[in-house]
Amino acid sequence: MIKLEKVRFRYPNGPEAIKGVTLSVEDGEFVGVIGHSGAGKTTLAKLIAGLLKPSEGRVLVDGMDTRVTPASVLARKVGYVFQNPETMLFSATLLDEVAFALRNFGYPPAEIEGRVRAALEKVDLQKPLNASPHVLSFGEKRRLAIACILAMDPSVVVLDEPTTGLDYARCLSLFNTLSKLNKEGKTVIVITHDTDLLARFAKRVVVVEEGVIARDGPAGEVLSDIDFLRAHGFTPTQLQVLASKLKAPAPTASAVSETLARAWRLS
Amino acid sequence: MESSSVVVKDLYAKYAVSESWVLKSVNLAVGKARMLVLMGPSGCGKSTLLYAIAGLLPWVVPGEIKGEVVVEGVDVTRSGYRGLAGVVGIVYQNPEMQVVTRSVYEELAMAPENLGLPKEEVLRRVEWVVEALDLGRYLDRDPQSLSGGEKQLIAIASVLTMRPRVLLLDEPTSMLDHKGTRLVLETVEQLKREHGLTIIAAEHRVEWAVEVADAVAVMSDGSIVMEGSPEEVFSRVEDVERYGVRPPGAAEVAYELRKRGFEVRVPVRLKAAHEVFKL
Repeated sequence: MIKLEKVRFRYPNGPEAIKGVTLSVEDGEFVGVIGHSGAGKTTLAKLIAGLLKPSEGRVLVDGMDTRVTPASVLARKVGYVFQNPETMLFSATLLDEVAFALRNFGYPPAEIEGRVRAALEKVDLQKPLNASPHVLSFGEKRRLAIACILAMDPSVVVLDEPTTGLDYARCLSLFNTLSKLNKEGKTVIVITHDTDLLARFAKRVVVVEEGVIARDGPAGEVLSDIDFLRAHGFTPTQLQVLASKLKAPAPTASAVSETLARAWRLS
Repeated sequence: MESSSVVVKDLYAKYAVSESWVLKSVNLAVGKARMLVLMGPSGCGKSTLLYAIAGLLPWVVPGEIKGEVVVEGVDVTRSGYRGLAGVVGIVYQNPEMQVVTRSVYEELAMAPENLGLPKEEVLRRVEWVVEALDLGRYLDRDPQSLSGGEKQLIAIASVLTMRPRVLLLDEPTSMLDHKGTRLVLETVEQLKREHGLTIIAAEHRVEWAVEVADAVAVMSDGSIVMEGSPEEVFSRVEDVERYGVRPPGAAEVAYELRKRGFEVRVPVRLKAAHEVFKL
């Protein structure tokens, strides 16, 4: 379980990016985080992953305060996938890349290759283990970065705008992977502007605005509230407008068509 | 087409490193003041087509092309990008490729300055784009300190100040937030209406773009496989699914209804959705 208590964060010599956030995420949740550029989403995600430490308040991961818990312990609990996969990739081969953290954790070499293969399979990256990460396409690099995190088998996976640069088929396949991980018991926290995909896959949506949480609730409910979305500068998608008009339970094609079909059969 | 702004005929293109043609017999005509949205999976050739139209391939990016590309009357296969200065503006998928200066103001002023415009006109254009895309708070910032989405917005703005007659956008909204996307689309729409700007945009998320687009072309494996008005393209449900193109939400609802046995027209814009779904 993740718990943020009255968290504030200020970058050195910079603006205060998080201005008092209290939030808890239970084990096994699938949470979408939305907000405009510069709202503080990435900062919030890095605080959750323990990559940044709060200036005030505290972040607890399974009861452990991120300010005093060693990175090696936190990394097994929470994995963070950076917005730009290039930031994370530096090894000469896929094997070295995915095995990097495992070796640091001291896993026996015999076990490492199996874990690397399993992680690459989870993200559907079928490439030779001795291939260079640098010749992969952007979408493949993205999946490799996710595999690096999955190899450590954290109970919480935090992804920062993982769909950027991916085509529709890859977006769907990525969200299906996340959904599968979630069903296997992992907590998934994903930052994205793609609210239609969130409506389909996430159970809860948190709206970050100027360093505070502007809304937190069930995905279907928050993302069908087009008055709220408009008032906070979001452009409602067609599905959101239709769901709101029809009072459908969620802004997804299946929920909207189901609602329409029912109404038409009755009339 | 007499009023065509961009004409591509039987175009083949490849990079120095490619083993085979990346574009295979592409034909395209985009009228003046029209907006075409290019769709298709990663690697289908959308970016390559934009590079060829901009005269970058093979003039800047090593490679080979054959066929015909005429932009605003300029034979691009002969002149390359040099014949298109001030005519074509291109915004790359990765803003890191074109954000080069140390201040946002310099970035925005660079294109009109390089065109040799008088200082007052340079200022006027910078002020216009700052207002249109709400960039005031960035003016004194170092572009390198901005987020990916903010850089993308600056990259788009710096091309708009050139006031090109043809604007080529390679996934312009991939990193933008909702507000940035809305401002870019509104500005592009205004330039199209008031200045006759022609736009070709590669996009995966088409829903907001089709509100202003006149035509959609879907590419697969280097060729254009579907082409027409957004309504025509998205009503071909099986092809849309086969080529993995993301439909607008309203179209998706129509697809689901058809699966449930309801014979409905496929709406692509919200207004049409209200009629089709009797709202």
